[in-house]
Amino acid sequence: MKKYVATRVATMFAVLMITLLITIALVGSNMDTILKQGIVFQVRSEITENPAIAESFSSVNEFESFIQTQIDQRIQILGLDEPWYSPQRIGVTMYKIMLLDFGHATFLTSDEGSSDVKDILFEKLPRTVLLFTTATIIISIIGIFLGALSSNKVGSITDRITSSFAIISSSFPVWWIGMLMIFLFAFTWQIFPARATPDIPSSDPVYIGALLYHMALPLITIVMIGFGSWAYLVRNFMVGIMQEDFIMAKKTIGIKQNKIIYTHALKNAAPPIVTILALSLSGSLGGAIITEAVFDWPGMGRLYFEAITVMDLPVIIGATYLLTVFFLISIFIADLLYGYFDPRVRTGQ
Amino acid sequence: MSGITPQEIKQEFLKSKMGITGITILAILVATSIIAIIAIPVETFQEWNNPGNWISNPKVAIPIWVNIFLTEKIPEHKILNNPSIDRISDNEVELVSHQFGLNFDYDDFPNDFIYEFSSEYSGSPLLQMSVIRPDGIKLELLSSSLPYSDEKTIHSERIFSTDDAIKKNLSLQSEKFEFTFQRLSAEDIVFSKIQSNEPLKGNYIFSIDLYGVNSENQIQQSELIIGGKAFGIMGTDELRRDLAIGLLWGTPLALFIGLTVSIASVIAGLLYGVYAGYKGKKTDETMMRFNDVIYALPALPFLIILSVTISNSIFLMVGFLMIFGWVGIAKVARSMSLQIKTRGYVDAANMMGQKDSKIILKHIVPQLLPYAFASIAISVPAAITTEAGLSFLGLGDPSFPTWGQILHDANTFGAAARGMWWWIMPPGVMIAITGLAFVFIGNALDAIVNPKLKR
Repeated sequence: MKKYVATRVATMFAVLMITLLITIALVGSNMDTILKQGIVFQVRSEITENPAIAESFSSVNEFESFIQTQIDQRIQILGLDEPWYSPQRIGVTMYKIMLLDFGHATFLTSDEGSSDVKDILFEKLPRTVLLFTTATIIISIIGIFLGALSSNKVGSITDRITSSFAIISSSFPVWWIGMLMIFLFAFTWQIFPARATPDIPSSDPVYIGALLYHMALPLITIVMIGFGSWAYLVRNFMVGIMQEDFIMAKKTIGIKQNKIIYTHALKNAAPPIVTILALSLSGSLGGAIITEAVFDWPGMGRLYFEAITVMDLPVIIGATYLLTVFFLISIFIADLLYGYFDPRVRTGQ
Repeated sequence: MSGITPQEIKQEFLKSKMGITGITILAILVATSIIAIIAIPVETFQEWNNPGNWISNPKVAIPIWVNIFLTEKIPEHKILNNPSIDRISDNEVELVSHQFGLNFDYDDFPNDFIYEFSSEYSGSPLLQMSVIRPDGIKLELLSSSLPYSDEKTIHSERIFSTDDAIKKNLSLQSEKFEFTFQRLSAEDIVFSKIQSNEPLKGNYIFSIDLYGVNSENQIQQSELIIGGKAFGIMGTDELRRDLAIGLLWGTPLALFIGLTVSIASVIAGLLYGVYAGYKGKKTDETMMRFNDVIYALPALPFLIILSVTISNSIFLMVGFLMIFGWVGIAKVARSMSLQIKTRGYVDAANMMGQKDSKIILKHIVPQLLPYAFASIAISVPAAITTEAGLSFLGLGDPSFPTWGQILHDANTFGAAARGMWWWIMPPGVMIAITGLAFVFIGNALDAIVNPKLKR
């Protein structure tokens, strides 16, 4: 078991590093350009603010070369003279990122006005948890219940409705249903607000209530689209298990169907269900980028989208890192749980 | 998994209602794509983002079939380009007259009217525009002379109903009407009843007269556009684009994206997994760790970064989607090949000294084919929705009107807030139908390949 955990942890770490490397590789060259432009701008504005410097030069060329040396000096101090792919810089960047030091955002700020990427991320994260994790929990509860119910009587009306609903709902993009829901319930019948961001400041005591009210429409949409496939999955696991020999044996010795389903079968279906639960909970942390964009929910997903549209690289790197960490942790937990429930896995077969 | 022949699969498949439905929908979609490719010239959809190409269409027009369900008919957009031409010579004055008949049978005023022409003349002919209404009243709309030219020249112009001269002319004739013209636009007056400002139904005749002293004056292109509020089968969007064309062209694009991505990633995953499983030991371990790495990459964020930093060309996008598509299949294929390789005939082939590649391709892969087909079908919807999602975020290939792109535009122009359901509903329904077809086929295949689920 120890060896199993150790290899998993090592793999996870390697994956995390590789993800980081790929992200940096993808945005690195852009980042350099943006940082260098920033320095040039900074130097120029400092000099225009201080006309005495400009007056002390006799010729334009001299002046320009002075500016250039200034720029070069600063680039050197910040280590930007080496390309972004030099091992030294990548090492420093990755070390910083691992310690959650993402630097300052170029454009975006948190609601309080801080431009520290860490502040921004940790401001958005709870909101995403509030919406998507709640939705995931509701979805999984409805899904497990419906799935068990329909596996109880395969071919019954409940089973058929659940299965067909699962199949149909899985082929609709959530964000499109979101658009429709906004169209129907925010504009045609004005029940819910169209934008999911409350427009009162977060210090207001009624803020929580407003937030929940604004959350209703996205929550309903996500649950509506999500629970069908959950129910279908649970049903399929259960149907598979119900055909196993030990269930057959229990049936023949006369244990009641209901008891078999809810204790014996559900327990045996637990490993895959728990795995999926762990994965979808962590998946929910990233929020759905597109869903949040549609509903204008101020969480991680929308932050990510905004960061990409304005190419705010520190935020992109930070968010990707955080999402990957959560994802890996949940895969890890899912793996451990799977090993706990199903001893066959541990031996590495 | 073993012992299913292709014939059996075909038979079983034809028995499943779901499979038949899926195949039928798919056939319709393929037919639509073929029609789209044949009927709509490629140039049209390449011009999708060129506003100039759509100028004669109305803005945000509702589909015309809506009128069937309404008691108050919405005016349809009409492009009249078949005038009856008269030529009258009277002494020295030459008159060319183009007349457009219009049967106006709607309960609302049109949006506007535009007369578009190009004329060949010399000198400075006089252009007069008038309309004879169903009640016999003739309204003078415009009378202006074309720019003077000594030599033969070709002059093209668009006369809009918002033209100040038209407004002025109409207000001079206001005594014919029993209501005041305050702030009414030209089309609201021309198409109005005398007693009150309500639309007057019946036959209108718009005539455009060109008076000149030269007998060679001609109107070459002559087109009268009555700007309606309903247009085409699917309506138009804010940029006047005919949504029917976008939706039609979206079909082959979606099928292309979905099928290419899923077929390529299933083949890649299958070969990768089978090879890893067959080789076993170190090779298997290394290959599966690499698989884990790809599996752990957050797909959508990476797709977004890739499309922003590298390129958003539709072909590259297909490649990016493949990177994340093959992982799951490789895992399953590996575990399946682990089982198959223990079978006697694989051992036998091995002992007879057959090459690894031959054993894999001849003895293991064929066993996995039914599973492979099922996974191709099942993974198509994901590819289509992911691409649509990226396009929806505005990261898609701008030169192709995919369904996601149409929804992106709908969102940008606030279609939901403005109640433009015909802009939001059809693209999503098309995405869902396409997805559904493949999910049906995949599930039907899956039930045959994994008989456990059938019961």
